[in-house]
Amino acid sequence: MKTDEILGIVERHRDEQGGLIAILQDIQTRYSYLPADALRRVAEETGRSLVDIYGVATFYRSFSLKPRGKHLVCVCLGTACHVRGGPVIAEKFSALLGIQPGDTTADREFTLETLNCLGACALGPIVVVDGHYFSNVSTVKVKEIMEQTRAGLEKVGTKGDKRVFPVELSCPRCSHSLMDAAHRIDGHAAVRVTAAFNGSHGWIRLSGLYGSPVVESEHDVPADVVVNFFCPHCHAELTGAGPCPVCEAPVVPLMVRGGGVVQICSRRGCRYHMLDLESDIV
Amino acid sequence: MITLTINGLQVSVEQGTTILEVAQFFGFPIPTLCHMEGLSPYGACRLCVVEIGEGSKSRLVSSCTYPVEEGMKVRTASVRVVRARKMVLELLLASCPQSKVIQDLASAHEVRQQRFRQEHEDCILCGLCVRMCEEQMMAHAIGFRGRGEHRGLGTPFDVHSEVCRLCGGCMYVCPACQLRCTYTEPEKAICGGCANLSPPCLVKDPFDDMMCYMSPCVACEIKQN
Repeated sequence: MKTDEILGIVERHRDEQGGLIAILQDIQTRYSYLPADALRRVAEETGRSLVDIYGVATFYRSFSLKPRGKHLVCVCLGTACHVRGGPVIAEKFSALLGIQPGDTTADREFTLETLNCLGACALGPIVVVDGHYFSNVSTVKVKEIMEQTRAGLEKVGTKGDKRVFPVELSCPRCSHSLMDAAHRIDGHAAVRVTAAFNGSHGWIRLSGLYGSPVVESEHDVPADVVVNFFCPHCHAELTGAGPCPVCEAPVVPLMVRGGGVVQICSRRGCRYHMLDLESDIV
Repeated sequence: MITLTINGLQVSVEQGTTILEVAQFFGFPIPTLCHMEGLSPYGACRLCVVEIGEGSKSRLVSSCTYPVEEGMKVRTASVRVVRARKMVLELLLASCPQSKVIQDLASAHEVRQQRFRQEHEDCILCGLCVRMCEEQMMAHAIGFRGRGEHRGLGTPFDVHSEVCRLCGGCMYVCPACQLRCTYTEPEKAICGGCANLSPPCLVKDPFDDMMCYMSPCVACEIKQN
């Protein structure tokens, strides 16, 4: 755990009244649980007593004081899901993973948890894996979900998901195409730009599918780092679309062939993206 | 000044006083477990219920948290109040049957039956110790954690808190004495309580810097036996 990371999170919520839950949520998002040292640090920085923070952290079920696995499997056991067979699903996950609800597998891959109602009772029993919802889950489907999770839920296909489609992008400054047909991501030509961050400089290839978060890069980009994007042809910095409404990092504008602008957030890990077919160049 | 009627007696008191304070001042006894002068009112034990209002509009409120209102009619020992109080005591007794304070109160209020399963909890969650620690000792070392049936209290992460001065204030005010026997696990100790009377006590070394407010001392009795 880095103390300056905690400091940054606290700083971001300094002006908010009652920002404690927001701080804890951010820490949990970053570390997947609330480390004891982080809570101590938050207590020091916010001037609240540790015992109050501990009280809040233990009050809400969504906060975990134990390290969680890479994937979080939540089985809904609310009333509706319960009568539709939620407990059987939970048992099946338990048996497959070899852990009880609330525990994490020894290889730190999976954490199994139960929760009480997600508000989508008509679709029960519901299972949520890393924020992806699975409805009408049966014991047969449990195995599929496990396989899908192991393969990576972030993989997206154009089939079945109308929010994901291939786009062709070009530099808003020199209008050169940014498409790299020789290099394919998600089965489509990748978008190649130059990226600079923390003194490193190199190519970065984004998926050519609008909505896909898959990125490949010459240098590993650490999470939460804001990357400066440049056109590989005219070397102009791709910027000027304002701050990201989610994380306030600068937004990168890219021109779409056929008209319109795609905006993506320049912070690694931030999933903000927007397609504006009406607007012309920025 | 606010004029109200309490058990038929018309009295005038300052604004902002609670019903409990008024009743105590004029000599109407109201039992309570979670109220203590010098600590903020909390309204957790519900023993101090009184009836306010008249006829069909009458209702039960906790007197320790209810500020007086103009023309209010309070009854501190009506049939309804006594019945509610006895039920509360019976429930408290079921959760902490070993607590001397609760036993005495139950006996004084003629609770003669025990219809609920005894839980043998060591805490009624009255919050006295939490408020004592925060408001009088200025330490803020212990607090509530968890929710629902998992609600409990203690130091963060269940380890000795660096802000705890082992003053023993929490044990001193506790009506159920939940922290009575932490001497078996010195690293979790909050007050040191029973573990540190002058020799011959238990193994004394881990508790050298603690003070003891227990009299009689449980640890000493165990040692003697």
